[in-house]
Amino acid sequence: MNPTFTLDGRAIPFLPGQTILQAATAAGVFIPHLCYHPEFKPHGSCKLCTVKVNGRHTASCTMQAAPGMSVESETEEINGERRALTQMLFVEGNHYCPSCEKSGDCQLQATAYHLGMMSPHYDHFFPNRPVDASHPEVLLDFNRCILCSLCVRASRDVDGKNVFALSGRGIDTHLIVNAASGKLADTDFTLADKAAQVCPVGVILKKRKGFAVPIGERTYDKAPIASVAVAGEK
Amino acid sequence: MSEKKKLRVATTSLAGCFGCHMSFLDIDERLFTLLEHVDFDRSPLTDIKTVTPGTDIGIIEGGLCNAENVHVLREFRANCKVLIALGACAINGGLPAQRNSLSLPAIFDEVYHSGFGLTNSLIPNDPELPLVLDQVHPIHEVVKVDYFVPGCPPSGDAIWKVLTDLLAGKEPTLQHGLMHYD
Ligand code: SF4
Ligand code: SF4
Ligand code: FES
Repeated sequence: MNPTFTLDGRAIPFLPGQTILQAATAAGVFIPHLCYHPEFKPHGSCKLCTVKVNGRHTASCTMQAAPGMSVESETEEINGERRALTQMLFVEGNHYCPSCEKSGDCQLQATAYHLGMMSPHYDHFFPNRPVDASHPEVLLDFNRCILCSLCVRASRDVDGKNVFALSGRGIDTHLIVNAASGKLADTDFTLADKAAQVCPVGVILKKRKGFAVPIGERTYDKAPIASVAVAGEK
Repeated sequence: MSEKKKLRVATTSLAGCFGCHMSFLDIDERLFTLLEHVDFDRSPLTDIKTVTPGTDIGIIEGGLCNAENVHVLREFRANCKVLIALGACAINGGLPAQRNSLSLPAIFDEVYHSGFGLTNSLIPNDPELPLVLDQVHPIHEVVKVDYFVPGCPPSGDAIWKVLTDLLAGKEPTLQHGLMHYD
């Protein structure tokens, strides 16, 4: 029999090497997450997946499961912290969902719904982040970047191109394009790249495909992110 | 049976498009049920011009794009026991806030001077016109807001859910399908 740990009082079996998040998902339990993607090495940066293991906060996407661990996830305290993190992501960027092509398919938005985020709570930064429309097939709208690094990992580890990188530190961290001009058109990036598919929000967008699926009929309009994620994210 | 005292409700649209008010009317025949519980004070529905002190609920559509918006918002806050931000623009500035990375002179120039098809252009400067703010702000950045109803606009059903939760003395929540930012 596989070893188990307890998650909110429920026994969760795991395979050696699995993280808490992987084992929970396999057992049908959703833990909110933004920078984790099942196909990539975890990055552990967004902290949305934070749980308490034996009373201490830790990122469940990087923490390996161990026998007998006692993990808390769906508590008022932890969900409150997750909601505050999500609110910060909203106010640090420019998120105007009604005019965003990703609305309804966006994991940030769907996570905010899941957490019952009724308002952004904090003051908005309203940063000035010009878009990069240089590439013939793809638009980059940096206003919505949450710095999850999935495009960085996909381009480096799958496409072998290193088109994207995170630059700067702390609040000044931002996504850059590896070209002398800084423009996507001056890289070998194509629509067929893995990096073109992984953005959880509305930054990396296919041009001339706007609103092909109407608002209201998109992924998370039909089912909440908790059930989409445990059924296997695309 | 003694008649329960009706709640007094005021509403306004600041830097909004009136879409949230239209959506409010989408509660359709439930308006009659609502009117058994509330009286409308200042609102585009009544044309009353000032908020009566002691009003129970103030509902604000739209963010703040000029000085008059700020004045009206403060009047609502001063005279309403509970203030509700209705819709995306009240909550995060909404589409009008997409001007926030542009300078006001550049916007005025584009809109009144260099934009397509303009002749003999002048920037309107009648003293009656409220001064424009340098950026559009959501209302919670200026006054305390008690409840928020997201959506662009929130559906009639979402508005109804929040109002009925409040009338029942409950903390309003929106489940999947009613919670929308778009
Ligand atoms: S990226 Fe997501 S949260 Fe941001 S504007 Fe688009 S839909 Fe909204
Ligand atoms: S562009 Fe998208 S995938 Fe890349 S870091 Fe930003 S949010 Fe993540
Ligand atoms: S999903 Fe674990 S830190 Fe982002």
